[in-house]
Amino acid sequence: MSLAARDLTIGYDRKTISEHLNLDVPAGRFTAIIGPNACGKSTLLRALSRLLKPSAGEVLLDGRDIHARPAKEVARRLGLLPQSSIAPDGISVAELVARGRFPHQKLIRQWSPEDEAAVVTAMAATGVSELSGELVDTLSGGQRQRVWVAMVLAQQTPIVLLDEPTTFLDIAHQIELLELCVRLNREQGTTMVAVLHDLNQAARYADHLVVMKAGAVVAQGDPREVLTAGLVEHVFGLGCRIIDDPETHTPMVIPRSSLG
Amino acid sequence: MKVDFGRRVLTVRAGRHVSGRVSVKPALVCVVLAAAALALGVLALGTGEFTLSPGQVLEALAGEGTRAARLVVVEWRLPRVLLALMVGAALGLAGAIFQALTRNPLGSPDVIGFNTGAYTGVLVVTVFVGNGYYLTAAGALIGGLATAAVVYLLAFRQGVQGFRLIIVGIAISAMLGSANQWFIIKVDLQAAFAAALWGQGSLNGLGWAQVTPVAVTLGVLVLALIGYGPRLALLEMGEDAAAALGVRVEPVRLAYLVIGVALTAVATAAAGPISFVALAAPQLAQRLTRTPGIALLPAAAMGAFLLMLSDWLAQRAFAPTQLPVGVVTVSVGGLYFVWLLVRQARR
Repeated sequence: MSLAARDLTIGYDRKTISEHLNLDVPAGRFTAIIGPNACGKSTLLRALSRLLKPSAGEVLLDGRDIHARPAKEVARRLGLLPQSSIAPDGISVAELVARGRFPHQKLIRQWSPEDEAAVVTAMAATGVSELSGELVDTLSGGQRQRVWVAMVLAQQTPIVLLDEPTTFLDIAHQIELLELCVRLNREQGTTMVAVLHDLNQAARYADHLVVMKAGAVVAQGDPREVLTAGLVEHVFGLGCRIIDDPETHTPMVIPRSSLG
Repeated sequence: MKVDFGRRVLTVRAGRHVSGRVSVKPALVCVVLAAAALALGVLALGTGEFTLSPGQVLEALAGEGTRAARLVVVEWRLPRVLLALMVGAALGLAGAIFQALTRNPLGSPDVIGFNTGAYTGVLVVTVFVGNGYYLTAAGALIGGLATAAVVYLLAFRQGVQGFRLIIVGIAISAMLGSANQWFIIKVDLQAAFAAALWGQGSLNGLGWAQVTPVAVTLGVLVLALIGYGPRLALLEMGEDAAAALGVRVEPVRLAYLVIGVALTAVATAAAGPISFVALAAPQLAQRLTRTPGIALLPAAAMGAFLLMLSDWLAQRAFAPTQLPVGVVTVSVGGLYFVWLLVRQARR
């Protein structure tokens, strides 16, 4: 299992977001991508997951160009939770989670025992088994996000990419979701990549940090080494102090106040 | 280990390689709708100047009974009933495809201009080439396809968004509508009358010669839809979500558009522009079946039932005067449209 970007140039229409970008996603680890708004985090994630075709360079999945491989085959190796997904009217939790099995299904094999087992496991891992028969429309935001994560897990891919999975969640649900990601990463060895906004959460839960600015990767590595006051100043233009998170002993960003 | 889907589901498995999941309620609704459509069909086969009981109709269909009964039922009336069922199913499927692609209950081929375009095609053919069933059908086919292509190209900007497709479609439809009016005023009275008659949408006077091409094309298109499997439902979840699950979004969506346009074109070429079946059938079917999103098979069953019912009403309402079925669907559909708008406005 490996995922890497080689000399990647990506963008939309004529607007280039990233040029000559190189990145190796470390296998079996939890990588967080951080950076200011519009720095190309989501664009990079879309390119890494075959959603966006690069104008130059390539994304290598297991050493082979991801665009040279069939979409369904890629979807068995790599799962993605996009930022905006629409739950169809009147769909139940289990039905939505079961849609994650599409890459494993064939025209005449639509609901194998493996499909069923994967759906049950994914719902149990995300704690939505109790909601199985409920309609997705009727759930709270936190529950709904866990259902979407369950759908991606049901795909049973060795790599899972999450695009801002904690947006719209309250703090308790954010922590719950991130700890779920860490557990999946530790227990099943799933390679996790998440775009995150909260630097402290990224430093606390990820074991590899990728810092982006204006479409380029400016730093990466162990959060304890990467996340410094100088880097935050350089990337976000924010003066800060870094202190020790008393709970996990990871770096914690305390912004300086410009008020008197 | 049994998954609770929130509805009754039957799991079908045979050996290692064959398996499927069937929701009980939608399947039952489809069976009931199909049975009702067939029952109406039998009624319609016995209706007319030469009245037959349902028993006599079934005898005639089985190749028994009197020669006269067989002639009336099989040779004269059966083609019309078969066409009502097939055209209705085609319209239901086309509506379901466009509504799913646009994620909008208004995204139906009759709203976004394909019918109007087909009518334009017919008028152009009537004016410049001449009259005749096949000429008219060809005009409708070309007009509908050309309109679809124009709407698609105008709405295309890094892929096609549902709402833009509807807005562009409505605009094109309005423009073609006024062009159609102009044509009707300009052409000679007889041609205008023939074209206007076609423009009502009617199954009157159709025979076996029209059944075969519709059956073959519909069969091919349905096979293509089956081949694409659940991809339409996945597209409904958003492009990124579908792509992440391994759907090749743009080519697949284009394929669905082509199939949807072809289904509309087949129906329109055979029977003229029949409004509202494509618009209403998928929505009514969804309310009855409670499927997640728009489902194809219930929409097809509902379309067949609606058109069969409308055509029977068209024959019976003012008997012996026969109405064009398009008039009935427009009246019934108008009520549905008002209900839909009121319901949307309340949200």
